Parts: sequence; C-alpha cells; structure tokens
Amino acid sequence: MAKRETENTAKTSTGSMLVKRGLAEMLKGGVIMDVVNAEQAKIAEDAGACAVMALERVPADIRRDGGVARMSDPEMITGIQAVCSIPVMAKARIGHFVEAQVLESLGVDFIDESEVLTPADEAHHIDKLKFTAPFVCGATNLGEALRRISEGAALIRSKGEAGTGNIVEAVRHLRSIIGDIRKITQADSAELFEWAKRLQAPLPLVQEIAETGWLQVPLFCAGGIATPSDAALAMQLGAQAVFVGSGIFKSDDPAPRAKAIVEATTHFRDPEIIAKVSRNLGGPMTGIGMDKIEQRYAERGW
Amino acid sequence: MVRVSQSKSTKVVGVLALQGAFNRHTRVLGELNVATQEVRTPQDLASVDALVMPGGESTTMSQLLESSELFEPIKKMIHEGMPVFGTCAGMILLAKEIIDGRDDQVSFGAIDIDVQRNAYGRQIDSFEAEIEVDGFNTPFQAVFIRAPRIVKAAQSVEVLAEFGVEIVLARQKNVLVASFHPELSPDQRIHELFVREI
Repeated sequence: MAKRETENTAKTSTGSMLVKRGLAEMLKGGVIMDVVNAEQAKIAEDAGACAVMALERVPADIRRDGGVARMSDPEMITGIQAVCSIPVMAKARIGHFVEAQVLESLGVDFIDESEVLTPADEAHHIDKLKFTAPFVCGATNLGEALRRISEGAALIRSKGEAGTGNIVEAVRHLRSIIGDIRKITQADSAELFEWAKRLQAPLPLVQEIAETGWLQVPLFCAGGIATPSDAALAMQLGAQAVFVGSGIFKSDDPAPRAKAIVEATTHFRDPEIIAKVSRNLGGPMTGIGMDKIEQRYAERGW
Repeated sequence: MVRVSQSKSTKVVGVLALQGAFNRHTRVLGELNVATQEVRTPQDLASVDALVMPGGESTTMSQLLESSELFEPIKKMIHEGMPVFGTCAGMILLAKEIIDGRDDQVSFGAIDIDVQRNAYGRQIDSFEAEIEVDGFNTPFQAVFIRAPRIVKAAQSVEVLAEFGVEIVLARQKNVLVASFHPELSPDQRIHELFVREI
C-alpha cells in the first residue's frame, strides 16, 4: 500500500480557531487547578484535574504580598510540564505580549491573559489572533467577554475575585454574562444594534449570540471557588468547567478536597453525591469578605 | 434527561458525560435525530443501547469511571456487544494497551490497538487536516487536539482512515475509534457511520 510509505506530508494547519477552541471544548466538565510547583501538579493530576495552571504564587498569596505580579519563571513552568501529562496553562499580564510569546515558546497549552497579575497595558489587551497557542481571558460581563473573543480568545472565564475564597463575585459575573445572553436571544434584530452599543462589543458577535444562544467559545468559572458545592453552583448557573486557584492548596488538606471538587463538578446536579464527597474534607481556605479587600482584580481589563 | 426527537428508531445513544466535549456529541447526534442520554451514573446506563466516549482528559475520565462506579458495568455491556464509539480520550479508554498513560489509568481493552497518549505533542502542535475515509466520496476535515496515536493494531482491526502513515479511524466488531474529533467538525458523516451500526 503506497500510502503507508509516505510520511505525514498531507496539508495540515495548526493554530486555527477550530483547533484553539477545540482544546477549550476538551476541558469542559473539568477542574483546572492552580499549582506552584511540581509536587502540587502531581497532586492535582492524581486528583483528576483536567489541566493545571502553573504560577509562582496562588492569588491569595499575591494579594497578601502585594507588589507587582508577573509571569512565572520559565524554569518553574517547564518543571511542571515535565511531571504532568495533562495540559499545562500559565499566566501572562494583560497586554504583555512578550510574556505571551515566551509562554508560547515554552509550549504552554493555554495562555491566561490574567487580571490576577499586574496589568502591563492600561488600554490594550494582547492581539491573541497572532498566536498559535490558545488564550483564555477573564470577563465580568458580556461586553468584556465579546471584546476578548474579538481579540482571539478561545475560552472565557468569569473573573470572580481571585484569592478570596468567596464565590459571590463569580456568581455576579456568571449571572451577568449568562443573563445578558438569554436577553439577547429574545431581542429583535433592531435591538441587537443597541445591545452591541451598550456592550461595546462587535455587532456580528452579538448577532451570533441571538442566532445560536451562546458565545462562540466555552464559558468557564474562576475566582472564589473553595468547596465542592461552590463548583457545582457555578456549573448549575451555566459555567461549563471551573478554575480553582487558592481554594485547593490554601485549604487544610488539598488532595481530598481537589478530588471532591472534581467529582462535584461532574455530578453538579446531584446533591447526594455532592454531600457524599463534601464529608470530612478538613477546613476550606479561610476566605475574605469583599468589604475587606483593597484591590479588586476583576476591575482590571478594558 | 432523555432528549427524544422524531427518531425513526427508539434507540438511545448514551454519551459518557464525566468530563470533556460530551455536549458536542449530543449536539451532532441530535442533528441526526438520535435520542441521547448523558451518562454519569450506573442508573443512566440502564436506558442506553450504545455509548459514545468523548474527547477530554483520559486520566480524569479514568478516575471518574471508577469513583462513579461505571467502569465494570460499561465493560460488561461492551463485552456483550453494545456499540461504542470513542474519540481521542475515548479511544484511549477503549484501547487494549496505553503507552505514556498514568500507572493507575484504566482502559476497557475493547479494541486490539496500542495507543500512545499525547503522541502528536502539545497544543501548539494540534492541527486540522483533510483525511480520506473508506466509503466517503469527499475528504473529511479532521481536528486533532493533543491527539493520541495508534502505534499498533491487530490484523482483525478494520482500518477506516489513515493520515499519512497513521491509522486514525478504526473498527473492530462493536467498537469504533477515532484519534481525532469528528464532534468538532460540522460534518456528520462519521457519526452517521456509528449510528448505522446500532
């Protein structure tokens, strides 16, 4: 058979929108966990994480330490890639396209242009269409989500308020994004122009929501998930997967909590299973009330 | 949640919904007027006549198959002849041998192939390409995401498509596997191929 002798010379294309969004589709129903070293990455993979986010400090520590938060040391990222067989994500500062170039050169599977790091540009986000690696971006409302999609984001996460262990902001953002999607599906064609103006978003993306009833890309939840019930709440509200940052490794006993959050994310509509996996997990991260925080990361992004 | 449409048959296709792109499969099957059932618990399995194992993270699904007590009942149903279709991670779960998997990773051993995880590299190496499928008049646009590679297949495994030197779509008795993601392409022909067997 002649075909067998040829190498893979057939025409292929990498980095297409379908390929980028494809990986986002594969992460659905899963838990992406923040890890700061190889040991935590192993714990996350052992617990059933569908991907890990490699970063130097979890958001709770960034909040505590203050100062400028930047992309992680490449050495630390490659160390985590070496022990993980699941996708590895990493964060670049908003607008810092060189950090993103560096992360892409490391073979990072998903780049998070993240408000948790200190923004590098007060007006512009990264032109994500220029990259082969896919990007995930945070959003507090539908307009922000659509602006990020127009810049090339392959995945949107509701921002919540990272490092607080408090789910209230994530709920607000999910309700805002999904609520507006629902309203747009009820709008007539003339009203869509007004929606695009109000959201400061490209009209074609608004029209597409009216047609399909959803964003072009998946919507995940981040920022404040600390318990299995928090994860299931986000899923029931309409998130398609969850990011857990400080919630796991700032708790008393990370491994069982990580596994329980994975199971609750899968069985998010089944309170009996959520109750079962929530037993005896030890203390969750302490958490902070919104009136006690000085800097709202969610406000970063334009 | 059984979504019944004007189906010609009353057969229900289960879609394993532990993690991954399961809703893309239910969408394609819905477009083909096939009733679907998301499968997360042993009770969900009771009403299904066939099962799709979607793309996603195979190590995650492997753990959830065990914690959700689905592994043994599914294994039994496949052994008894239930048609099953695995894409990407789903193919890994169905393979006889997994190379570069986790030590504790389970697989159903339902098709006589050896599969290497993440064999095409990281996400920046993920790609789409046209492939020729047996019996299709025109090429199929296949999407490969951190795809596994079939490194060995028994003689009894029927090769339905190759990409270069690699087997990418194969069948053995009631088991159909793809190393790519037909659920991401707008083309429904591979799902039709599976549904015809039910």
